[in-house]
Amino acid sequence: MATQDVVEQKAVVIPRRGYMPRSKSARDLFGKIIAYTLLTLGSILILIPVFWMVSSALKPNSQIFLFPPQWIPNPIQWDNFVTAMTSLPFGTYFQNTMIIEVGSIVGTVLSCSVVAYGFARLNAPGRNFWFVVLLSTMMLPGVVTMIPVYLIFRQLGWVNTFLPLIVPNFFGSAFFIFLLRQFFMTIPRDFEEAARIDGANTWQVLTRIMLPLSKPALATVTIFTFMGVWNDFMGPLIYLNKPETYTLALGLNFFKGQYVSQWNLLMAASLVMMLPLVLLFFVAQKAFIEGITLTGVKG
Amino acid sequence: MATLSKPISDSARPRLPRVNRWKKSETWLFYLCISPWLIGFLIWTAGPMIYSFYLGLTSWDLFTAPRWVGLDNYKDIFTDNPDFWQSMKVTATYSFVSVPLSLVGALAIALLLNSKVRGIAFFRTIFYLPSVLPAIAVAVLWIWVFNPQYGILNLLLGLIGISGPSWLGDPHWALTALIFMSLWSLGGSMIIYLAGLKGISSTLYEAAELDGANKVQQLFRITIPQLTPTIFFNLILSIIGSFQVFTQAYAMTKGGPQQSTLFYMYYLFDMAFIKFRMGYASALAWILFAIILVFTLLVIRSSSLWVYYESETK
Repeated sequence: MATQDVVEQKAVVIPRRGYMPRSKSARDLFGKIIAYTLLTLGSILILIPVFWMVSSALKPNSQIFLFPPQWIPNPIQWDNFVTAMTSLPFGTYFQNTMIIEVGSIVGTVLSCSVVAYGFARLNAPGRNFWFVVLLSTMMLPGVVTMIPVYLIFRQLGWVNTFLPLIVPNFFGSAFFIFLLRQFFMTIPRDFEEAARIDGANTWQVLTRIMLPLSKPALATVTIFTFMGVWNDFMGPLIYLNKPETYTLALGLNFFKGQYVSQWNLLMAASLVMMLPLVLLFFVAQKAFIEGITLTGVKG
Repeated sequence: MATLSKPISDSARPRLPRVNRWKKSETWLFYLCISPWLIGFLIWTAGPMIYSFYLGLTSWDLFTAPRWVGLDNYKDIFTDNPDFWQSMKVTATYSFVSVPLSLVGALAIALLLNSKVRGIAFFRTIFYLPSVLPAIAVAVLWIWVFNPQYGILNLLLGLIGISGPSWLGDPHWALTALIFMSLWSLGGSMIIYLAGLKGISSTLYEAAELDGANKVQQLFRITIPQLTPTIFFNLILSIIGSFQVFTQAYAMTKGGPQQSTLFYMYYLFDMAFIKFRMGYASALAWILFAIILVFTLLVIRSSSLWVYYESETK
């Protein structure tokens, strides 16, 4: 900060090529006004559909089709949420989703941290080769493996169970391995060395030193996995064909087919499905953004 | 990075005969650690890829044994299948329009969000939020937004005297509607840009200011060149993503009307899991894979022309 001030003062002292020191603050103000205006306009554009959804979700169905539209519902019909959630077994869908969530999160965190530790800390011939393979699988479109993997699970008799959606997580996922590895690399080796001198083995180093120090990264992995499972549509669509095994995503799609033009209920159900992610996002915004910063860009 | 964190104590440690054995056991330990991923790679990625290629050369309906047909699937797809070409056209149109639009749009928003004004965190949240929402819930929301009579889009257009088309119901507008909708959730690439922008050293701007460069010059001479690695990363991700659009097509339009939103992924899903033509669908999967691969390699190859890496010049 201090150095920046010095530089700015210098800039005032040594003006060049039509540089007009007096107009600088005016121009800055002008730029700020433009930035605010554009940001506000953009935000309004983003928020209109959200507002529309909330407004629709709280209306009686008779008001949905009014022209001109009633922007603020009157009366506010909170019952829509109850009606929407009880008209299909959303409780079961929620339970199914949560089973997959827990299994996937446990599997991902366990496998990815072990693999990431290997890539971050252990030297072995072939390490770089496998790391490149790992990175390139991140770019591999899922479509090439989709059909054979389905056939494997079908052969195992796992279709219409949650296993196809849980078990692969125990084998790590390239993106999270990469993310954790990047984080592990930032932990000083001294801690580990000290623990090793005290006689700790690799497993102890991982569980007592690395993982406790990596809570932010593990939080990011957990949140992203949670979000991935919650939002997954194609996976459940392929593997879960019986209504009693549906996840929330499939349930909402089913609901959409059953309650055509009951827009207040459909919006209420969509809103319920979005809400946990919105809350999670507000609570853990830092973890979201840090996770992206950690992997997305290498400055 | 790897060299930085290399332990100094390695060389300082007295060299014991045990070192060799430790090296060996470290190798063993490394492979033990990565074994979950390695095994997973073999059974969920490498094996299936080979299997899928083989399946592409067969005809298989899941109920009778696979029948070897050689390259017939590919021949049929390319020469005798209007649906395939339609799905290519739809997917390519979507990619070529939505990828540049979302790259530029996300960059513009990120640049705005990078300006030092108060309340930025609030705006950042608003712009990012749509991209964390479940695709299916977003799809249901937008079906309602696009509703021809009562949807908010046409209501708003009505206010300024335009009578909007029936969007998802109109073969000329359905794809446009989906592209428009995709711009709503460009927050994902935006946040990556934002991280990239934060990584640009402020000394560059200070130096530019000293030399009297204005904001526009700074944008084109510093910000964008410095940001090219991030743009590159986003470009690859968006290309791969745009070729695999599925949920919107499945939940919003079912590929219609008149196949105007017959996305490749939707067509493939339909072949594999509705019509159970596993061999044919596998061939389709390999074609899509090849296309994505070619585009990705083109971008990577071209990157030396336009992506600027700091470390190269030092």
